[in-house]
Amino acid sequence: MKKLNKPCRISQLSDKIAKPLLFGMALTAFSITVLIAFFIFQQGLPVLGEYGIWNILTGKSWRPTEGIYGILPMIAGTFYVTFLALAIGVPFGLATAVFLAELATEKTARIIRPAIELLAGIPSVIYGLFGMVVINEAMRFIEREILAGVLPPEYRWGYSILSGGMVLAIMILPTIINISEDAIRAVPRSYKEGALALGSSHIQTILQVILPSAKSGIISAVILAMGRALGETMALIMVIGNVPMLPRHGILSLFAPAATLTGTIALEMGYAGPEHRAALFMIGVVLFCIIALLNSFAMAATRRGVGK
Amino acid sequence: MPEKNNKIITENLNFYYGKFQALKDINIKIGEKKVTAFIGPSGCGKSTFLRTLNRMNDLLGEVRIEGKVLIDDSDIYRSDVDVVTLRKKMGMVFQSPNPFPMSIFENVAYGPKIHGIKNKNTLQEIVEKSLKQAFLWDEVKDDLNKNALSLSGGQQQRLCIARVLAVEPEVLLMDEPTSALDPISTLRIEELIQDLKKEYTIVIVTHNMQQAARISDYTAFFLNGEMVEYDRTENIFTKPKDKRTEDYITGRFG
Repeated sequence: MKKLNKPCRISQLSDKIAKPLLFGMALTAFSITVLIAFFIFQQGLPVLGEYGIWNILTGKSWRPTEGIYGILPMIAGTFYVTFLALAIGVPFGLATAVFLAELATEKTARIIRPAIELLAGIPSVIYGLFGMVVINEAMRFIEREILAGVLPPEYRWGYSILSGGMVLAIMILPTIINISEDAIRAVPRSYKEGALALGSSHIQTILQVILPSAKSGIISAVILAMGRALGETMALIMVIGNVPMLPRHGILSLFAPAATLTGTIALEMGYAGPEHRAALFMIGVVLFCIIALLNSFAMAATRRGVGK
Repeated sequence: MPEKNNKIITENLNFYYGKFQALKDINIKIGEKKVTAFIGPSGCGKSTFLRTLNRMNDLLGEVRIEGKVLIDDSDIYRSDVDVVTLRKKMGMVFQSPNPFPMSIFENVAYGPKIHGIKNKNTLQEIVEKSLKQAFLWDEVKDDLNKNALSLSGGQQQRLCIARVLAVEPEVLLMDEPTSALDPISTLRIEELIQDLKKEYTIVIVTHNMQQAARISDYTAFFLNGEMVEYDRTENIFTKPKDKRTEDYITGRFG
């Protein structure tokens, strides 16, 4: 009894140290986020103030040397490639996740899963190289040999929104596959058994019970993938052409070269003068806000999923 | 045992999980529109046996089955049997209530929908009828669009029964349907079973011997994968023939 009552010194001490230490680290992570936000805003906001937020966000031309800072083309470019990537990547990724979680034998999964892990680890510049030599070559062939009659000349050099979307689609696959597969596996077995016992086929069970039950996880997967796509810089610089112009040929705009928010910052920062530099920071502010907005959507979606 | 109108007959049924033999030479005849209870200690094979009757064990992978399971005189393990039709006919209620995370209405309408009923009015009728049959209608009729997971455990289990009834099965396989419920909910389910046996053949696995005694017409006692004794329920509980049955029902083990 005596022994039990006596507090153990070491465990007490480690408790005393561990708690503040862990708190300190958590605080550091938080402060770094705040600091990043602070400096980006500090550098970027003056330009926003000077030229007016509306003029910048809706300005159709970006000519830093003449002091014209409209970023609508880059916003459009970023969103076009992102949504294209999701439109291609989500169905593919989700199908793969369903296959791995529900249909694949252990043996098959053992071959496919490491390949997907590897896909996640490939540096983005390598994706860019792949995009240049494979996708862009193919696009150039299509644009010059097949669609030459309908495409305007500036859309015929391979660098395009479609190439960017395809490269990005491959890059977001691991995110979508891994998170959706986990979500699908987390669906209680009893749901599946209940559905099968009512006479559902396996596919009906997947489509009507398992996927709806995994909905919130799948939504998080899509939103995380979207975040990844919005932030991707290097691979896109290499395939998209970096032309800050609004595409305006309807559906043919898929073949238009474009520029993204991230790519513009990365490419121009090296030679930017003071005001140009501040303008690039302002692009950073816009990106920051978009990502923050997206994150809050993601959290709301996940929370609603859990609450249901 | 049950003389005429046998719904389910098994002949020399053996069942293996990998190398482990979970069922040994089960021969049983289960009467139509009777309540048959399977009792026995945990791990005796009673749930495994129940699951061979609608081929739910097929999901497990490393399993092997020998012998025959005849339902309405046709072998359900023949290769040309359509498992979907079989499972529709052999409704199953699980140990813990497992409603889908959808509305009450959608839960009950799920089965009819996957079996091809699209007409809204028909679905509405089926849902109402099934919920009434499961004694749940009065409690939920005003909020059929409420999420099924917000119901109490007992209500959820009755919802699961309604969901099964909606596909018009002929047999109800119940795997310890009250083990996760409180006594009052248990009583309601037992009353429901008494009512349902007018129309359905019911096979119920239970841990609870009083429950078997209260609701079943026939009782089978399982031990270590064998069916030790099978008889009218009153015989099993008043004059068991096998020493092991007697030991079990008098509480000497299990």
